[in-house]
Amino acid sequence: MKKKKEETKKTTASFDEAMPGLHEGRYILRLFITGTTTKSVLALTNLKKICEEYLEGRYELEVIDLYQNPGLAKDEQIIAAPTLIKKLPLPFRRIIGDMSDIEKVLMGLEIKKL
Amino acid sequence: MRKSEHPLLNISLKKSPTGIQGFDEITAGGLPAGRPTLVCGSAGCGKTLFGIEFLVRGATLYNEPGVFMSFEETNDELIMNVASLGFDLEDLIKHKKIALDHVHIERSEIEETGEYDLEGLFIRLGYAIDSIGAKRVVLDTIESLFAGLPNQLILRAELRRLFHWLKEKGVTAIITGERGEETLTRQGLEEYVSDCVIMLDHRVTEQTSTRRLRVVKYRGSLHGTNEYPFLIDETGFSVLPVTSLGLEHKVSNERISSGITELDKMLEGKGYYRGSTVLVSGTAGVGKTSMAAHFAEAACKRGERVLYFCFEESPSQLMRNMRSIGINLEPWVHKGLLQFQATRPTFYGLEMHLAVTHKAVNAFKPEIVIMDPINTFILGDTENEVKSMLMRIVDFLKGNQITALFTSLTSSESALESSDVGISSLIDTWLLLRDIELNGERNRGMYVLKSRGMANSNQIREFILTDTGVKLREVYVGAGGVLTGSARIAQEAYENAGLLRRKQDIERKRREMERKRKVMEARVAALHAEFKSQESEALKNLEAEQEIIRLQKGNEIEMAASRKSVAEKRKTKKHTKP
Repeated sequence: MKKKKEETKKTTASFDEAMPGLHEGRYILRLFITGTTTKSVLALTNLKKICEEYLEGRYELEVIDLYQNPGLAKDEQIIAAPTLIKKLPLPFRRIIGDMSDIEKVLMGLEIKKL
Repeated sequence: MRKSEHPLLNISLKKSPTGIQGFDEITAGGLPAGRPTLVCGSAGCGKTLFGIEFLVRGATLYNEPGVFMSFEETNDELIMNVASLGFDLEDLIKHKKIALDHVHIERSEIEETGEYDLEGLFIRLGYAIDSIGAKRVVLDTIESLFAGLPNQLILRAELRRLFHWLKEKGVTAIITGERGEETLTRQGLEEYVSDCVIMLDHRVTEQTSTRRLRVVKYRGSLHGTNEYPFLIDETGFSVLPVTSLGLEHKVSNERISSGITELDKMLEGKGYYRGSTVLVSGTAGVGKTSMAAHFAEAACKRGERVLYFCFEESPSQLMRNMRSIGINLEPWVHKGLLQFQATRPTFYGLEMHLAVTHKAVNAFKPEIVIMDPINTFILGDTENEVKSMLMRIVDFLKGNQITALFTSLTSSESALESSDVGISSLIDTWLLLRDIELNGERNRGMYVLKSRGMANSNQIREFILTDTGVKLREVYVGAGGVLTGSARIAQEAYENAGLLRRKQDIERKRREMERKRKVMEARVAALHAEFKSQESEALKNLEAEQEIIRLQKGNEIEMAASRKSVAEKRKTKKHTKP
């Protein structure tokens, strides 16, 4: 319970921080991968490419290896790997897979229109 | 018994006891240890509870911590739901005995962008298992994944991998699945989990519901194949392995009183056998319950425990009614020797009655069980089912050396000897109560229809309910048939009168004799007196005579003296003469 509260606080804090960024269309992304599996590596490469191409300068990407932080899988409700979580801008989205379908990744990130 | 000699059985499957009442009995030890088991069933049949109890018992009884991964209920919901069954999950979580993980999948949040796997889930589960050193895992209901993740191919491959992985981990797992139309589970999980499959069922027939459990499959182990009824109540899950009973129960030679002295006398003077099954059948209002109450009271007086199932009366009504014939059951209830279980037969199905009986008997551990009456079960159920249920109850009670007394109401149209429920063959001692209508009266008669293993009386006795309980009277058998009630009383009066008359006769004769003797004695006395008086008269006369004689003699001597010479002369004369 306490943890949850803290988490909420954290989220609220990061939300406040990101508020100005929200208007600027700032992206906060988290990619959860599982070590150096083909899918993980592919996902990371694909995502970096997409971000550079469409979100240059206005994104924060954090890459987390679940093997190193297994506790996070529960906290972030991860089941599939790789999973990309779009924390901001809202709405909250999960993009799973190796990001090879660029169209779908863009749809998930809602940046197609740009 | 041959089994244990078999060398291969020593390396038989290791089992993980569930701690669920009765379940470990039908599976001979529990679930396959270190393997996944599929528990399937329709909504609301108790799958989640089965899983939770498996974990809770594992954590509390066998020191095996467990992970519960829920795909449906949130942790808080789960904790609250099972608290009503007496499980304190929060405490177990605090002591690292149980870990909960709610997997939340929101289809609308998810976008598939290519190849992926469920490694995240594996890591999550692995982390939870390692964090508490879990030996048990429950996945409830993993099929929800199918709704959240669109790519079925990946999902199926990953599930197969998951179950392998669970086996490698060496955890005993329960995977629950919703029942499908034609398959055991909607998504065909039985394809992946094939070591052990358990099906739960919740059926409603004739407006009464019964929960049943069946072991569909159990690789490498013997198991009961029947459907077993199970209960979910405030103590959790309990399966009743009642169908697994045989005819191997031990018998006792001990005899116990029926509570009615005269009835005991009819049964070799000793009463029923301990562990036997007694049926008291009869038409309405003949006193079946009274006989049961007598039996219960007698048992309580001996300090035995009695479990009384009443299906038609409330305990307080029954106790009030019994007080009117001088049986006070209330103190025994307070002492804890007598327990009433009052339920309407329609309250739940037959299987459930069986289950409840089983559970109540196991909890109370009585020496005597009374079911009053058994034939109310027939309501809505076919006779065969009732018979099989009663047979299982009888077997179960006999197996535990519990003496059972059933009452059965026979309708007046049907033959008295055919008990409605058709369980006569199961009964050891059968007492038949019947009403005898004669001379405008309705009286009760009782006889022992059969009593296995004893020389019972063949008499029909009149059965009377008095303020001091049941009394059995000998009935009069005459030309007009059996005499009961006022006819019997008249007969008794008649016989009493006859007896009195005879007694008076004897008395009169005795008095006559006495009188005669007295007359005789009086006569004797009179004769005696007469004789006495005559005798004394005679004596007096004699004395007088003698006196006269004496006096005469004296006179003679005097005369002689005066005539001495003469006499001497005469004397000499006499001498000289010859």
